[in-house]
Amino acid sequence: MIVRISGEGQFSIDDAATAELNRLDSELEAAVNRNDEAAFTAALHGLLDQVRAHGSALAADTLEPSDLILPPEDASMDEVREMLTEEGLIPG
Amino acid sequence: MISARSRGLMAAKMLMKGTAARMGVMKRVSLVFKAKANKALDKMEDPRETLDYSYQRQLELLTKVRRGVADVATSRKRVELQMNQLQQQSNKLEDQARKALGMGREDLARGALERKASAQGQLNDLQVQYAQLQAEEEKLTVASQRLQAKVDTFRTRKETIKATYTAAEAQTRINEAFSGISEEMGDVGMAIQRAEDKTAQMQARAGAIDELMASGALDDAVGGQRDDIQSELDMMSASSDVESELSRLKGEITAGAPKQLEGGANGNSQGAQAPQAGAQAPQGQAQPASIPAADRPAEPQDGEG
Repeated sequence: MIVRISGEGQFSIDDAATAELNRLDSELEAAVNRNDEAAFTAALHGLLDQVRAHGSALAADTLEPSDLILPPEDASMDEVREMLTEEGLIPG
Repeated sequence: MISARSRGLMAAKMLMKGTAARMGVMKRVSLVFKAKANKALDKMEDPRETLDYSYQRQLELLTKVRRGVADVATSRKRVELQMNQLQQQSNKLEDQARKALGMGREDLARGALERKASAQGQLNDLQVQYAQLQAEEEKLTVASQRLQAKVDTFRTRKETIKATYTAAEAQTRINEAFSGISEEMGDVGMAIQRAEDKTAQMQARAGAIDELMASGALDDAVGGQRDDIQSELDMMSASSDVESELSRLKGEITAGAPKQLEGGANGNSQGAQAPQAGAQAPQGQAQPASIPAADRPAEPQDGEG
């Protein structure tokens, strides 16, 4: 599976590691839903660390699309909300 | 392929309406990226047109990201310049404090050190900004290199596709090439936007510091502006110059005085001394001594009455 960390690059990750990624992703989403910035930052950094630790960086010249995309390391919760709902990206 | 594209858009629309609530942040972000790519693809009649169109966009984005790197570097250099100015200012204020202390003016020394502390505070703030800008610059540089590598791959593949496949066959190949690069483009575009936002914030703060330095609150050493601590120190040393000049002149006059007296300037000499005695009287001993003498008779009178 290919995961991109926004602003950082793409990583190839064993499917075995995805369960933990999904767990952290749920935490991240829950933090966004209950508007908890501290929990959001902790979950995001946990998620990114997991990807960096278990993934191997893809070559720069590859044109493989990612299966999953993660927000950049220094993203705020508001920025992530914006990324998810940005007007103009999607018509209708 | 068209159906795949529609699926992407549908998923994106679903998440807009909040019906994709259990999808997770990672998946939703990637869907937004895909929707963006699909939207660009939908514009083209002949799928092969998308190749040239996208390649053009890629080159534009490369230019933009390089300009972004240059902009961040400019901001970083500006912060660096300000840091140097503040450091000079801080050193100068410490010098002034030392001189003021040497002249026994602790009040002036205190004032100078207070300003030094303020300059030092600004300096610490700028050091943090400088580190952030440096990190941003490195990030964008790497992003620009990554995009360049992908654009090169894309160009090669584009030529192969155009030469080898008919319009009908080309679509699959194009989608493969296109999805990876458009994701990268979306990401780089976002990175540039973030860098621009940060740079704009820092430029606003740099402008504020420039204003602060121009106002004299930190005193602008480089601009050579008026500096009240320096001017008071200058005044003190100037007045000590005046004093030494005065005593030199007095010395000359005293040495020359006998000659003038011999010339029959006796009356003048006495006349000049008389007003001096009169002028000194209010501060001198003579008058205070005479006032109590005049007052004393009045006191017993009050006491008796």
